[in-house]
Amino acid sequence: MNNPNPKTLYDKLWDTHFVGSRSDNGDLLYIDLHMVHEVTSPQAFEGLKIKGIFPRRVDSIVATVDHNVPTTDRSKGLRGIKDSISRDQIQALQINCHDFGIDLIDLNDLNQGIVHVVGPEQGFTQPGMTIVCGDSHTSTHGAFGCLAMGIGTSEVEHVLATQCLVMNKQKNMRISINGPLKKNVFAKDLTMFLIGKIGTAGGTGHVIEYDGSTIESLSMEGRMTVCNMAIEAGARAGMIAPDQKTFDYLKSKPHSPKGNEYEAALKYWKTFHSDENSNFDTVHNFFAEEIEPQITWGTSPEMVIGVKDRIPSKEDYTSQTERNNFEAALDYMGLNAGDSLENYSLDQIFIGSCTNSRIEDLRKAAEILDGNVISKKIKRAMIVPGSGLVKKQAEEEGLHETFISSGFEWREPGCSMCLGMNPDQLGEKERCASTSNRNFEGRQGHLGRTHLVSPAMAAAAALAGNFIDISS
Amino acid sequence: MNKSISNIFSGEAVFLDKANVDTDQIIPKQFLKSIKRTGFGPNLFDAWRYLDKGDLNSDNSKRKLNPDFILNHDLYKSCNILITRENFGCGSSREHAVWALTDYGFTTIIAPSFADIFKNNSYKNGLLLIEVDKEKIDEIFTQITEKKIINIEVDVHNQFIYLEEKQIPFELDDFKKKFLLDGIDEVGFTLQHQNKIEDFEKNYKKTVPWLFK
Repeated sequence: MNNPNPKTLYDKLWDTHFVGSRSDNGDLLYIDLHMVHEVTSPQAFEGLKIKGIFPRRVDSIVATVDHNVPTTDRSKGLRGIKDSISRDQIQALQINCHDFGIDLIDLNDLNQGIVHVVGPEQGFTQPGMTIVCGDSHTSTHGAFGCLAMGIGTSEVEHVLATQCLVMNKQKNMRISINGPLKKNVFAKDLTMFLIGKIGTAGGTGHVIEYDGSTIESLSMEGRMTVCNMAIEAGARAGMIAPDQKTFDYLKSKPHSPKGNEYEAALKYWKTFHSDENSNFDTVHNFFAEEIEPQITWGTSPEMVIGVKDRIPSKEDYTSQTERNNFEAALDYMGLNAGDSLENYSLDQIFIGSCTNSRIEDLRKAAEILDGNVISKKIKRAMIVPGSGLVKKQAEEEGLHETFISSGFEWREPGCSMCLGMNPDQLGEKERCASTSNRNFEGRQGHLGRTHLVSPAMAAAAALAGNFIDISS
Repeated sequence: MNKSISNIFSGEAVFLDKANVDTDQIIPKQFLKSIKRTGFGPNLFDAWRYLDKGDLNSDNSKRKLNPDFILNHDLYKSCNILITRENFGCGSSREHAVWALTDYGFTTIIAPSFADIFKNNSYKNGLLLIEVDKEKIDEIFTQITEKKIINIEVDVHNQFIYLEEKQIPFELDDFKKKFLLDGIDEVGFTLQHQNKIEDFEKNYKKTVPWLFK
């Protein structure tokens, strides 16, 4: 029988959470899970305190510290943080969580980690949910068939107070990718390739649903990597319909429903997929065989090439604005037009971030490093696991021994050099192969030069001292 | 009460000729450690504006300015309208970017497009964003290159900007306009609809009881 009213996954998420319209036509969307970290929350809690308002549903909030935390010795806890301003910010979150009775996964908790790694591995993230966090990479959670969005601090305060986010419905975009990925091409390469194709504003005003056989073949970790960078394509959210892999992943997680509740939840979760003939405003189709290992050369995630490609030239751009941007990026990165990226020596290697710090990422890096030693050209190579649990798992598998004997530093979990809010930073003009998500100017350190890559490429580059073709 | 903007205002404009200006450029990460909403203005575009690396402990008045950066030119020091290229405010969700722009003194940003989260953060802080198509931005760029300084009048209520003899219309959501003009406290406003939220929650709890502890 034909469905008279086919809906997309996003339509269903919207409809099941639509509270109503305010008198000014702003729509209220109900929020199921609110994840909080130390950097974007203090002003929101302050706002609540000034207004004398209590969070509406404390049971929907989970807090952790990740952006600011040191990734070296933590035995001294808060007192061990040398930067007093960072310490104040972490302490502010501790006080706010205490004052409002919010669960805090604190600095020395085994479960502490990057908020977007912690949510899924604890089972807080479940299909059919709306999830917000004052962090743009909240899109990560969309891998479970959620509407997961990064929000600003005023919105954090609004959600705490009202359990609702004010917004108007976005457009539906579908990106289908089909076929098997080539050797040494991973979810990270796939998501960077897509940004290169549609651009950093390609998804503006849209929510992206990824589908196709390539997406289905990815593990949950891989799907998180894909959705994580939806924001880098300009979309506020990226999502993938849940399937058996999703349900199996959730079954044993501490905070996912258990017993009869799991069965009821499962039935509900299975309704979250796009119906046949549902309507998408924008559609893109790609084949996985087009994708080579990707490396960014510039200062925007869309400035990306395949490992066999050359850095573009001015003539590749038509408008003056594009040419100006191209030249500024090339100059900042210290590169020559038309060169191969293999010609440039690397100074640092960073494997970590909410994009690529999960167990699968670490296993892949260990497989490549196994028994080898990093190049003498590399001044520092770091592996920063996404959470305490990832770290524990890796140590149980002995991966840390591989990392340490190859010359990598094995760190404590946190955001680390993805944004360098803690001491993990690039020096001026230092060139880094990084598994993070943003190659913006100064992102990893003042005048630092970031090349975004997969964990496999980062590990291979650490051994060679420069990028190499890992596709063969 | 949040900051409200005037119905009609005017000001001088500065043109930042860059596309995809991300929020890491607008306010670099070392300044996000502040737990306040104010005081970010001196560090707006910090890495472009100064020649050294600053942090929250720096005395900005003693730092060396980058003479090549447009905001440092004497002509543009008191501008309150920023004109720029497409996809302004992309990247991180940090509201500190908007706080830095308003604290510096910008009331309005004119560009062909803005990133979604940045857009939401702006109207909540009384920063008016005006989208004008690329061709018009090119025209303004030519004009500003010739005349050096241009004055722009903004009529928020009727949704027009006036520059020289030109009148350019712009779109603005009703609800964003209301918030900008009235400076309403949004939390308080939503809480006027509390019964809607309670009704929804009552039914929703029956559908997904496992999400309520």
